Amino acid sequence: MSSIPMEYYLILSAFMFSVGVAGVLIRRNAIVVFMCIELMLNSANLTLVTFSSYLGNPIGQVFVFFVMTVAAAEAAVGLAIIIAIFRNKKTVNIDEINIFKW
Amino acid sequence: MINLIYLTVLLPLIGFLVNGLFGRKIKNEKVIGIIGSAAVGISFLVVLGAFIQTLGLPAEERSNTVELFTWLRVGGLHIKFAYLVDQLSLTMSLIVTGVGFLIHVYSIGYMHGDKGFWRFFAYLNLFIFAMMNLVLGDNFVVLFLGWEGVGLCSYLLIGFWYDRKFENGTTSQAAKKAFVVNRIGDFGFLLGMFLIYMTFDSLNFNQVFSRAASFPVAESTFGLIALFLFIGATGKSAQIPLFVWLPDAMAGPTPVSALIHAATMVTAGVYMVSRTSILFASAPVIMTLVAVIGLLTALMAATIGLVQNDIKKVLAYSTVSQLGYMFLAAGVGAFSASIFHVMTHAFFKALLFLGAGSVIHGMHHEQNIQKYGGLKKYMPKTYMTFFIATLAITGIPGLSGFFSKDEILWSAYANGGFVFWLIGAITAMLTAFYMFRLVSLTFYGTERFDHHHVHPHESPSLMTVPLMILALLSVVGGYIGIPKVFSGEHGNLFESWLEPIYAPAQAKLATFGSHTHLEEILLMALSVAAALSAIYFALHVYTKKPAIAENVSSRFKGIYNLLLNKYFVDEIYEAGVVQPIQKGSDLFLWKIFDIKIIDGLVNGLAVLVQSGSGIIRKIQNGVTQSYALIMMAGIAVVLLWLILSL
Repeated sequence: MSSIPMEYYLILSAFMFSVGVAGVLIRRNAIVVFMCIELMLNSANLTLVTFSSYLGNPIGQVFVFFVMTVAAAEAAVGLAIIIAIFRNKKTVNIDEINIFKW
Repeated sequence: MINLIYLTVLLPLIGFLVNGLFGRKIKNEKVIGIIGSAAVGISFLVVLGAFIQTLGLPAEERSNTVELFTWLRVGGLHIKFAYLVDQLSLTMSLIVTGVGFLIHVYSIGYMHGDKGFWRFFAYLNLFIFAMMNLVLGDNFVVLFLGWEGVGLCSYLLIGFWYDRKFENGTTSQAAKKAFVVNRIGDFGFLLGMFLIYMTFDSLNFNQVFSRAASFPVAESTFGLIALFLFIGATGKSAQIPLFVWLPDAMAGPTPVSALIHAATMVTAGVYMVSRTSILFASAPVIMTLVAVIGLLTALMAATIGLVQNDIKKVLAYSTVSQLGYMFLAAGVGAFSASIFHVMTHAFFKALLFLGAGSVIHGMHHEQNIQKYGGLKKYMPKTYMTFFIATLAITGIPGLSGFFSKDEILWSAYANGGFVFWLIGAITAMLTAFYMFRLVSLTFYGTERFDHHHVHPHESPSLMTVPLMILALLSVVGGYIGIPKVFSGEHGNLFESWLEPIYAPAQAKLATFGSHTHLEEILLMALSVAAALSAIYFALHVYTKKPAIAENVSSRFKGIYNLLLNKYFVDEIYEAGVVQPIQKGSDLFLWKIFDIKIIDGLVNGLAVLVQSGSGIIRKIQNGVTQSYALIMMAGIAVVLLWLILSL
């Protein structure tokens, strides 16, 4: 553990987060966007775990459990919404689901 | 009874509420009339009780304040709702409620069958309520409450027959004119009040008056205060330049003309000047102005009265003229004489108006005196009472008008000078002439009305009894103010009763010049002789030789037309004041200021927001990802800022 410096984990985490953000902003498939959001959550988890381990404070790991629980619930709800949208519009392409406007 | 004085204000208010709210339901004229009259009648008894109680007190304890509650409390300004019961307010209250009661009773007969019967009595009671506040108020604010209240009631009652025509317009136009002209005066009064508060730091009468005597205040400040107050008085009391509303006020029912536009409300200005006598006495220039304005008004209105053909118009101009006398008296420092004339005038002018109302009633609402004539035998009671009032107003010795008018003329001579007396005496002569012209054309001579359609008849006793009571008062009312020349060491009772009120003012005024009794009696005889000759002339011309009148009017056509058209004052005001204001409002205030600036500002703001939002709303395109992009950009900016600021 101690042989790998903390920065590596953090850089990895930042990279994963950036990939997630880019995916959310760029991809058009709702499922992929959804996966990218999971990626962002997990990168945050990684940061929490890293700091928890290096600082010797278990609270970070407790947080991660919470995040995972919420992420699981969110995945269930999010997928359900996507399925509902698909049933209505026969597509999960975000470009075609632009009803959030005046 | 002094402590119960609030009843005199409360009862008319209750009467107003009952008749005003439920009058339409009550319908029964007798019930409505009794409620209205009783409210004022009981008030009169309360005032009478307070008067008798006050009479029993020693002179220095006759001024009492009855506090009801604190009305306004704003910063250092405390306005108590309180009534001042003293010699002056009691005198005025007696006139208001006493004459008011008689006119209420008369109105039951006069307004019989009118569809607005209940409304009429509600308004009359509201008027008495306001007027009592005016005369009893213990500070300028309560006085102002009444001042505005009577203006409102005047408006409501002039326009009472809102669906009728009046001269070239409608009664509501006449009402509006009265209201607007009154408001101009009220504005002056308000300014005066502000200045009083700034100068004396109080609006309470007693405080202001005692401070006026002791505070070191510049004479110019006093002058300004007195000028503003006097502007207010000219509005309410129909003096030059604001007298134009009173003749038009005759559009209202005749009892209204009697109560409001002859006996009570129009004397409010005289009362106010008299109440604030110390402020006027401290400004000698304004005192002279008051006297001159009063004199000019008296003369001018009397000359107009000479040629008018509407019975109520003649009386209206006569009222303006008599009010001029009252201001003349106040202006020369004879405040008690002016209040004395207020009282006697209330008696005989109310009687004249009610008599005129009785004639109009009997002649099926014909008001043109050229279409009367020979009514003496048809309505003997009206004739007798009207004749007594005419004698009183012309100043025939022995009747009330003689005592008050003579006192005014004498004060004008003693304090003002010979010219004041001369113009006053000429006015008295003119008064005698036009009053007897009125009597001759109405009651004597040939019957000029259409016998087939008009059947003159005497009015019911509900109307004639108040006439008789007022006639009695017109005869004996003057004997409480017998001039010193005749009463010897007893002095003038009325004057000594009011003396404590005016003592501070008299102390500031120049002392009376010494004049002999002989002079006074001589001048008296002169003015009476002038009046008698005018009476003889009027009777001769208008009963025996009507041709003379036509000759004179055709020979002096220019003057005749000038007088008939009331010196074209209305036209001058129309062209000089009303039209420019209307044009200015139309061309500038409406078309430029309102439409361009105010509307432009509001609409411009809306257009700005609309076009701005037109740009901004493009951001909201419904694509969730672009929202997320903006959010990210925001976060990036915040992060950047945080990093850079570290």
